Amino acid sequence: MSLFNVIDVAGSAMNAQSVRLNVTASNLANAGSVSGDPDRVYRARQPVFESFQQSLANHSGIAGVRMTSIVESSAPLEMRFQPDHPDADENGNVYVSNVKNVEEMVNMLSASRSYKNNVEIINTTKDLLMQTLSLGR
Amino acid sequence: MEIKALALHENALRFRAHRNEVLASNIANADTPNYKARDLDFGAALKGAQQQNLGLRKTSEMHREATGMSRSGGKLMYRVPVQPTLDDNTVEADVEQAKFAENAVQYRASLAFLDGSIRTLKFAIKGGD
Repeated sequence: MSLFNVIDVAGSAMNAQSVRLNVTASNLANAGSVSGDPDRVYRARQPVFESFQQSLANHSGIAGVRMTSIVESSAPLEMRFQPDHPDADENGNVYVSNVKNVEEMVNMLSASRSYKNNVEIINTTKDLLMQTLSLGR
Repeated sequence: MEIKALALHENALRFRAHRNEVLASNIANADTPNYKARDLDFGAALKGAQQQNLGLRKTSEMHREATGMSRSGGKLMYRVPVQPTLDDNTVEADVEQAKFAENAVQYRASLAFLDGSIRTLKFAIKGGD
């Protein structure tokens, strides 16, 4: 029954969106964290999505989603002069993480809406499947 | 005896189920860069169907040829987006959701027709209630 593929497809999307939500949570949790070493500062992370074809070759046009990698933002870090900070480097500077709160909030909303959309798809498809099962009763 | 009247709805149901999958893929890939939204062309499926004859016996000149849905289903096409996006993704969530809802209703309609046909046959077999 081909409708079962829909549950796989929507499930893969929910997986991908929940990874995105996790990454966003991690970004927000680390927003504003500082370090004296620019290489050790937390940088905003983003998951990269990719669509992949289901193995069923006779069902064209069906594609799920998977996450291929998580990339770190290359946006410049903010340098702050705080000589009294325990982590400050020899010049008295600390580096602040490049997480942008507004961007992350937007990301979170977008991910949660996409997640909900896919839940709805599964619900509707499940309804259709149940009705198909009760055919001819 | 092969029941061709049921085959018509069966093929329609098959088409709707496939379209359901395609539209679900679109919504699943709403945030995937470079993904192109796709849809099945019902018109093409219908055209294919009109060439397929169910082979019902005609007892009057006035009777029309009975046709059914083709088994092959519709043609897979790319959707033309209303607005372009930065990541070259052509999925528009609202459009896809509307199409998905539409398709779900049409699936239920086909299901109801099929159910009706089965009921009629059962009624005929039992010769009444």
